[in-house]
Amino acid sequence: MRMWFVCRFCCPAAQSNSNPEWEAKVLEYFKGQLREKESHSWVPSLNDVPLHYLKPNSLVKFRCLVQDMFDPEFYMGVYETVDPSTKANVLRCGKYKDVTECGVDLNSRNTVTAERQTFYCVPIPGESPWAKEISFLSAARVVPSTSYVPSRQKRSYEEDDDDMDTQPQKQREPHTEPHGNGDSKRQETEAPSSQTTAPSDCSSHLDLNFPLPGERGPACLVKVYEGLDSFKLNDTLEIYGILSVNPVLTVLGEEKDPSLLLLNPTESMETPEEQRAHDPPASLVPRLHMLYARPLQHNNPLLPSAPTEDQSAFVSSFLVEMASVRAELLAYLTHVLLGDGLAAEYLLLHLISNVYTRRDVLPLGKFTLNLSGCPLNSYTERLYQIVQQLVPCSYRLSMSLHTMNSMRLVPKKDYVANRLVSGALQLARNTSLFLDETQLEQGQLDSSGVRNITALGNLISWQKVDYDFSYHQMEFPCNINVLVTSEGRSLLPSDCQVPLQPQVTPPNMEEYLTTIHMAQFTSQINKFRVYLSLARTLDYSISDEVTKAVEDDFVDMRKDDPQSVTAEDLHRMLVVARLLSLSLGQTTLSRDGWMRAKHIDMLRRSRTEQQKSLNGNEP
Amino acid sequence: MILIDDSSAVNTIVPSNLITKLKILGLNTSLFNVFSVLPSEVDMSSPLMYGTPSSRVEGTPRSGVGGTPARQRPDLGSIRKAPQVDLHSEPPSADGAVASEQALGQKLVIWGTDVNVGTCKEKFQRFLQRFIDPTSNEDENAGLDLNEPLYMQKLEEISVVGEPVLNVNCSHVQSFDADLYRQLISYPQEVIPTFDMAVNELFFERFPDSILEHQIQVRPYNALKTRNMRSLNPEDIDQMITISGMVIRTSQLIPEMQEAFFQCQVCAFSTCVEVDRGRIAEPAVCRNCNTTHSLALIHNRSAFSDKQMIKVQESPDDMPAGQTPHTTIVYAHNDLVDKVQPGDRINITGIYRAVPMRENPRQSNVKSVYKTHIDVIHFRKTDEKRLHGLDEDSDQKLFTEERVQILKELASKPDVYDRLSSALAPSIYEHEDIKKGILLQLFGGTRKDFSQTGRGNFRAEVNILLCGDPGTSKSQLLQYVFNLVPRGQYTSGKGSSAVGLTAYVMKDPETKQLVLQTGALVLSDNGICCIDEFDKMSDSTRSVLHEVMEQQTLSIAKAGIICQLNARTSVLAAANPVESQWNPKKTTIENIQLPHTLLSRFDLIFLMLDPQDEAYDRRLAHHLVALYYQSEEQIEEEFLDMAVLKDYIAYARTYINPRLNEEASQALIEAYVDMRKIGSGRGMVSAYPRQLESLIRLAEAHAKVRFSDKVETIDVEEAKRLHREALKQSATDPRTGFVDISIITTGMSATARKRKEEVAQALKKMIQSKGKTPAMKYQQLFDDLRGQSEAAITKDMFEEALRALADEDYLTVTGKTVRLL
Repeated sequence: MRMWFVCRFCCPAAQSNSNPEWEAKVLEYFKGQLREKESHSWVPSLNDVPLHYLKPNSLVKFRCLVQDMFDPEFYMGVYETVDPSTKANVLRCGKYKDVTECGVDLNSRNTVTAERQTFYCVPIPGESPWAKEISFLSAARVVPSTSYVPSRQKRSYEEDDDDMDTQPQKQREPHTEPHGNGDSKRQETEAPSSQTTAPSDCSSHLDLNFPLPGERGPACLVKVYEGLDSFKLNDTLEIYGILSVNPVLTVLGEEKDPSLLLLNPTESMETPEEQRAHDPPASLVPRLHMLYARPLQHNNPLLPSAPTEDQSAFVSSFLVEMASVRAELLAYLTHVLLGDGLAAEYLLLHLISNVYTRRDVLPLGKFTLNLSGCPLNSYTERLYQIVQQLVPCSYRLSMSLHTMNSMRLVPKKDYVANRLVSGALQLARNTSLFLDETQLEQGQLDSSGVRNITALGNLISWQKVDYDFSYHQMEFPCNINVLVTSEGRSLLPSDCQVPLQPQVTPPNMEEYLTTIHMAQFTSQINKFRVYLSLARTLDYSISDEVTKAVEDDFVDMRKDDPQSVTAEDLHRMLVVARLLSLSLGQTTLSRDGWMRAKHIDMLRRSRTEQQKSLNGNEP
Repeated sequence: MILIDDSSAVNTIVPSNLITKLKILGLNTSLFNVFSVLPSEVDMSSPLMYGTPSSRVEGTPRSGVGGTPARQRPDLGSIRKAPQVDLHSEPPSADGAVASEQALGQKLVIWGTDVNVGTCKEKFQRFLQRFIDPTSNEDENAGLDLNEPLYMQKLEEISVVGEPVLNVNCSHVQSFDADLYRQLISYPQEVIPTFDMAVNELFFERFPDSILEHQIQVRPYNALKTRNMRSLNPEDIDQMITISGMVIRTSQLIPEMQEAFFQCQVCAFSTCVEVDRGRIAEPAVCRNCNTTHSLALIHNRSAFSDKQMIKVQESPDDMPAGQTPHTTIVYAHNDLVDKVQPGDRINITGIYRAVPMRENPRQSNVKSVYKTHIDVIHFRKTDEKRLHGLDEDSDQKLFTEERVQILKELASKPDVYDRLSSALAPSIYEHEDIKKGILLQLFGGTRKDFSQTGRGNFRAEVNILLCGDPGTSKSQLLQYVFNLVPRGQYTSGKGSSAVGLTAYVMKDPETKQLVLQTGALVLSDNGICCIDEFDKMSDSTRSVLHEVMEQQTLSIAKAGIICQLNARTSVLAAANPVESQWNPKKTTIENIQLPHTLLSRFDLIFLMLDPQDEAYDRRLAHHLVALYYQSEEQIEEEFLDMAVLKDYIAYARTYINPRLNEEASQALIEAYVDMRKIGSGRGMVSAYPRQLESLIRLAEAHAKVRFSDKVETIDVEEAKRLHREALKQSATDPRTGFVDISIITTGMSATARKRKEEVAQALKKMIQSKGKTPAMKYQQLFDDLRGQSEAAITKDMFEEALRALADEDYLTVTGKTVRLL
């Protein structure tokens, strides 16, 4: 599981040089090892373990979002070094490394130039604290061997293989642990925060380019060697790779001899901004040489992450209790929404919505909910906290005039630093974006505010964000669940508006919501979390028979009232029917499901109309 | 002594203000020595006399290869270091053995390559003397006789103009001699200097008396090997490549040392050292006095060349979806500096380089990464032609043989028109005719130029207006079209101002100069401008469109910038009815409240209405439900791929230019006459020349869909049908049920006008019958008229009649009284 495998594979092969298969074999080996049960949990994670606990050149994993893709770079895949004392030439491998050994013969004919690309990766933006904590605890179940044990380096490959077979749990002896007792776990939980406070001081001059303000965690420069085309911007990945924190990287970047610049202007070309963005100190932004990356369907640590037999077993076992969990969740949400059952139903559907495909420009499956008539005074804030407790990724954007005018929502290419400056809309798939329109006050939006509102509108209508590349715009499709809370009808478009009709008016809102929240057991909340993540991944289909029924129904509805039932309504009802079925764990639409969908949509519409006439009476 | 070769590059590069610098440096004792110790050596060829280089040229006219100074080519690297080797001897040992080529003949090649200088030179000279390309249509060759050797004519041009640069199209070399081309691509650093030699020999043989600033440099372009920045890989290093991209940043000018000038501090002996691979080997010992480490670098007598760093980003069309664009560093040298500005789209031909990170002696290990850049040999702006001249569809979209085959196969199918129209926005249900209209818009008519006869360009673009109830997926159609075409712009009438559509002048934050920023209409030149919520546009904004939609130009007079920009854009607009719901009892004009001057500029106006009939509802429901449950594969089976459609349109737009044939023109004439006849029976004009032009455009577009070079009768038939269909929808007079084109051209239907006249006459008669009463009460008159007329007369009609009579100078209306005149 360690770097020395790579060395053992590389070096002999590099000498023969005629056999490029070794590279494939290395990858095969690692993939094979990681496929083994639980083996991936032995690898320490950059998300959980502070950087200074990790041994350089060891295998680590990192759960992240690809924030930017830098230009491809050429490196010495194979190079020759000359030993100054013996004059012996040795071929060496440069793959998975940042720095070469000493005495490189630059004119050697054996040098092989290869290509790799650097991705700038940040932890998944808006990851909920609970998701972080649980994934940390589950990783800590099998203790990461982060200690530095020099003797291990000399172990032979066979021994290590043995080691794996006999100790699948990797329950290391106490002496291999940094703290050697159970307390260490606790200490390390604390560690990430204490560790990040320190760099946050230094990062004042070094912007780590997190999409969301106030984010923390390690950013990482990931060197990618294979399958460059398979990665896309904003992908969420779990990357397994070799950690490189060689201090030389920093020194190389900072050392500048101005007198040499005249003769070698190559380096003067890079602006200081660019250098800072592309070669930050390795102690702050470690380098990770990717061996293997797994695209993440979700980042819910309570669910098995890989689509294996495990998962299908997990799904089928959970399907049984799906209906009961749904009922409990619905009751919970009803309480949270002050006793409004219909709004709770819609909120539940919204939380499991997902853009499952696109037809030319039209994203299918999105379900933006506008919850209007929200009580003021921090109700929305508390509501967000509850949503945050349920979904693995979320962000609350308070749409006050000031934030709308000043905040950068759309990522923008900075050509001076040659990087993509992130914005709050650069989010991972299935992130819950909570737009709090109740914060909006009177005033004027300036041009950037208007741009931000347009960007939000585009996001909601087309599920895309147009990144600003200064000379042109580039469209990036996204998959973000947008929930808009507002007093009246939202100024943003939405798929569905539900006016909130509180049944109870608690004298102390804060206390009321806290009590509801406290009344739930963690195990219960965990069930909700699994439920929401799982329902979204289920397959769905409509049988021909039901198709026919739906069509008939639509024709009848049009007959009754052609003015008020349009194609748009059918679009929405089909989405509602889909989500309603999925929320019950049904993977096909039944007639019943369709009728229910129709029914709740009717209830909702009568409510909005009621609202309209109410507003109409007001001057 | 001062060793400066007359032919060395120093002559042309050292700036003329050096003389003043030398004066300042006169305080420097070591330099002072030069003057005092060796005064006799300061002669005409000395660098100290550089203040007047031009006069020197006049004084001693140089010609011939020997007389014209060669200019260093930093774009090729240090070329003089390449020794020649005998193929059959051991390469390493032959390193230094430079034998003359005459002696060893064919076997001699440049080390590390298979290039033989003699053969290569000969081949290239033969190419220059013989290459003819009768089919050339490049703009560079304008004015040249295509049946004469092309490059000899260019050499003649050089002798006249005096610009010593010869651009050579690599595809020409390839078609002439594939082996030479391969060598050029693989070993540009060696082959291009050989070309230089060859061309100079040839040139001075032909034009022995011509005087050039320096020797001719060959600049190859259009190397076919690479087209895309993303496809560059380590194998391309040190090869010649051509990539396209957009300039995003240019650096300041960097002086790069070419030759270092050293002077001995002891005996004032001076020597020049050439830069080799970015390094200068400082001479350790003075050759004159044998003092060690006495030589000092004199900066202002060293030779520098201009250099500029340019950052190029790959163009958005080349990128796979979901990734960020790559950038590449490009170095421009000498006269290529400042040739391009940020924002330019260019094709770059150059040599791809990878330089290892400099080894630092103080460190044991180095970063294993190379720095890559391109030394540019040739720039070619791809969007240069956009402001003037006809459609030189810049992006020369290349289609592979197979692709063309697929497209042609598709075109040969009898139902291609229906196939394509159904492939357009499959998620939007029905509206077949609207989709067909948009399809024809995407193809456009044939561009005709009558500027020689003074009539200017004829519009080839088809404009379409969609109006209809909200929620009938108009926006979705617009969004689809915007995504389909390469140069599409999407704006919303609500959010755009006149300047946003046209152009505005702003101060560039970096250069502090006024620059013209173009708006959506100009940006979509040769594309489609989609304007949503057309009706919400302010009047001033809309007025801009008048010029664009007929003359296809935009005139701007702002902040001292007066110009006319091309805006050959098709407009696809969508408008909502004023009353939020379409009122079938009103005409189109009344429903959308747009000026008829603007409406008449649309070729097709479609109504997207909710038909409200059961069969339609059923089909719609089926379509939508299918949309939600069909799998990806099923959809693909049913419809054409969007990419195929894109390519199809691009291909037809570039290569197909249909012309009317005899029958078709006859059919068009008939159609037009018929249209006019319809109206004349009822005493009104029902068609105008504008409608005829629309018909021609539509027929041409339909021929393009079929990949046909001739517009035939079937094209005219379809154009007629579509036009009639659109008219039926938008120009039907709701009162009579007749199609009436004047609704769109004058804003009022003929029957409405007739009725207005009748009312006016009736009113006049009534007033006359009342006898001589100079003043009447307004209300009284209205009531009387209502009582007299059998048809219901509204207040509006009455007022209109009064106005009509007032126009006749029969009466005037002041407040509540009506006076006769």
